[in-house]
Amino acid sequence: MATITFTLNGQPRTVEAEPQMPLLWVLRDILNLTGTKYGCGMALCGACTVHIDGNPVRSCRTEIGFVAGRSVTTVEGLGTPDALHPVQRAWLELDVPQCGYCQSGQQMSAAALLARNPKPTDADIDAAMRNNICRCGTYQSIRAAIHRAAEIQALAMDAMAPAEEGRV
Amino acid sequence: MSAAQLKRREFLALSAAGTGALVLGHHVPATAQDGSETLEFNPFVRIAPDDTVTLILHKPENGQGAVTTLCMLLAEELDCDWQRLQWEFAPVARVYGFPLQGTFGSLGVRTSWQPLREAGAKARVMLQSAAAQRWGVDIAQTRTENGRVHRVGSTDSFSYGELALEAAQLPVPETVALKSPDQYRLIGKPTPRRDTLAKITGTARYGIDVRMPDIAFAVLERCPVFGGRVASFDDSRTRAFPGVIDVVQVGRGIAVLATNTWAAMEGRKLLDIQWDLGPNASLSSERIREMQRELLQHSGAVARSEGDVEAAFANAAQKVAVTYEVPYLAHTTMEPPNTAVRLDEQGCEVWSGTQIPGICHSSAVAAAGLEAEQVKVNTLFIGGGFGSRGGGNVYTEAVEIAMVTGRPVNLLYTREDDIQQDRYRPCSMVNLEAALDAEGWPVALRGRVSCQYFQALQNGLDREAVAGLADNDYAIGAQHFEYVPLELDVPTNFWRSVGASQNVYFMESFLDELAAAGGKDPVELRLHLLRDAPRLRRVLEIAAERAGWNTPAVPGRHRGVACVSCFGSHNAQVVEVSVDQGRVRVHKVTCVVDCGQAVNPLTVRQQMEGGIVYGLTAALRGEISLADGRVQQSNFHDYDALRIDEMPEIDVFIVPSEDPNPGGIGETSTPAIAPAVVNAVFAATGVRVRRLPLEKHLPTLLAESQQQDSHAINSGGTIHA
Ligand code: FES
Ligand code: FES
Repeated sequence: MATITFTLNGQPRTVEAEPQMPLLWVLRDILNLTGTKYGCGMALCGACTVHIDGNPVRSCRTEIGFVAGRSVTTVEGLGTPDALHPVQRAWLELDVPQCGYCQSGQQMSAAALLARNPKPTDADIDAAMRNNICRCGTYQSIRAAIHRAAEIQALAMDAMAPAEEGRV
Repeated sequence: MSAAQLKRREFLALSAAGTGALVLGHHVPATAQDGSETLEFNPFVRIAPDDTVTLILHKPENGQGAVTTLCMLLAEELDCDWQRLQWEFAPVARVYGFPLQGTFGSLGVRTSWQPLREAGAKARVMLQSAAAQRWGVDIAQTRTENGRVHRVGSTDSFSYGELALEAAQLPVPETVALKSPDQYRLIGKPTPRRDTLAKITGTARYGIDVRMPDIAFAVLERCPVFGGRVASFDDSRTRAFPGVIDVVQVGRGIAVLATNTWAAMEGRKLLDIQWDLGPNASLSSERIREMQRELLQHSGAVARSEGDVEAAFANAAQKVAVTYEVPYLAHTTMEPPNTAVRLDEQGCEVWSGTQIPGICHSSAVAAAGLEAEQVKVNTLFIGGGFGSRGGGNVYTEAVEIAMVTGRPVNLLYTREDDIQQDRYRPCSMVNLEAALDAEGWPVALRGRVSCQYFQALQNGLDREAVAGLADNDYAIGAQHFEYVPLELDVPTNFWRSVGASQNVYFMESFLDELAAAGGKDPVELRLHLLRDAPRLRRVLEIAAERAGWNTPAVPGRHRGVACVSCFGSHNAQVVEVSVDQGRVRVHKVTCVVDCGQAVNPLTVRQQMEGGIVYGLTAALRGEISLADGRVQQSNFHDYDALRIDEMPEIDVFIVPSEDPNPGGIGETSTPAIAPAVVNAVFAATGVRVRRLPLEKHLPTLLAESQQQDSHAINSGGTIHA
């Protein structure tokens, strides 16, 4: 057992766990944060995708020991119902989910993509999203929603720009 | 006062005291989990004094959109405020369909269509009557809109919540008039899903998410060979693994319980189990294929026989005889199977994302040895069903584990368990023959299917094993189909579109072969043969038109077509593919559906897309194979799903239908995609793929055909198309 401290959705957290225990199960079974899903346990499906220091990672293959001192964001920290992330807003607008089980992971991958590439092409989306399986077949909606999220994000930035200038 | 009335009064009082909410005109005693109570009234709607209207949702939500669609059906007739309409999953009760309460067979909307609209309309009439009484006017002097009853010709109105208490005391109308389609405000309009917000914020609760104090996370090691048993086991290394709480033996294997799922999984790896493998230890896919070939030599149960087939073959200008086959398939829902159970003095409580809460309940009752009313089932969101989440072993296993350990447990199938311990879409092998007349039209069809059964045989026949083949809509005068059951211990189950998932591939690919043999265009041939099936004919015409069937495709792309009527709906698909070095790329799917009244076109589109992706995954690469009695695949690396970079553009067109009633949508689009792709591959390569999956068999077939071609050239022969 080890005591591991990291930042989770902006808050410091400390857990007692075996250092090899995957982050996925720390989140789900110790911290009861069940929005992050298990789908394969082998970094094959993307259901467990979270951000570590802003990068999308498969939490099923990320040992908690590695997470010490880092910053983890899960779907619960992506946005709230009152302040949805642009990805979530687009997902809502386009009604992407069917069963919904893969969608936390899909959104985390999409949010990471948009953070580093604010205007992704279809090819960019393919490359960033091909590790996220959706058995319900929502891919067409996901693609459209990522383009839409890019627009929402751009609009939000435009809206912020004058305010920032005003402050200067 | 009758007993029923008395009960209703009591329940209303109880309910008003307990929750402040009123059940309109019916009662659902909390103890009636097995439906043993006779429930005389409508059980679907509850209205609270604060104007909240709650739909009691008797169909589980596995992504098909039941939540939203059923809310629409109720709200359409109730005229309630759509924004204030809430819903909750129904308990298990006869009135909700027990023992088969659940979602399956693409029947969710079809079987809710009448009862839910009536539930809404009856509640509305009761609210109008209550308002009419207050005003001292005839009910005809009232009208409803958006959760209020208005007095005609005045500004007076009451909200539903204000009227609920009085309305609930009124008699339930025996009959009500339902809206005509031109009066619909919701039905037929693309309507945003009511479960989306929960699903994008990570708050939607699935079975796998059930947590409670002292819960143990469990995994179960089952015999890798079907029908095998534990002979002996040593769990000492498992017990030493940090976090492992207990190791217990239950009917199907050895369960490891731990404080977290990872410890349970790791601890399980340390088990040393000696298995009694039983009689299936040498079973293999090749052995099964030999059995099927042998079975096809014998006659079977007749599924359809009409016309003079013998004479038609005797007089045929041309005959075609081929064999088709498909492998076993697993379901791989994104959420692997799981069930949580807690036992206490009162009884047994079960939490599961189950397609059929009725079966979950019955399984738990049997496993726990309790009375029906001692078992309570809580339905949760399902992370994908596709037929897998009806019956199965998971409920029984979870109850057994909870009984042995005395702790609440959540039993999870790992992805490996899911793939290797699923109940599979059976493999099938069919012999097909056709007779063509001198003009190249098919005049007789003969087929024999050798397949494990999906369900119990009736007179030697499983209708599902021949569905999509024997019940084809083609006007081919003479047809004869037989079914020869294959008896094996491999567990089988429904799989999105069931028998049609394989038989429509056989039928529609074979028909394409007949078009080629008879020198017909594949669409032309189908239109000709669908002269007695106007709805299917129409969707085919529209699909051909939308896909530009009669215009050339982009260079390098080739088209294929397939169509079928199933689950009360009619679907045609035209695909565009390219084939590069044996790799098939599907670029576009034009999907035209006549599903009667589309209740929510949004979910219809989603289901069409989803059904196509599901069928396409299977057609391209889906195969469960057996060797030494064991399933050879284990996770997404060797049982992969279609990915976004392989996703075709899907153009869904919902035909305005003459049928005022809805057809099924959950499974309708799965069957046609495989044959449409196989037919397009034929158009691209001249190679006919008679065995799935494509990615495995096409390269071999292409190599063979190239060899033949070069042989033909070397020996100076002519190449025939
Ligand atoms: S659960 Fe981590 S990638 Fe599948
Ligand atoms: S929405 Fe069901 S797996 Fe993606």
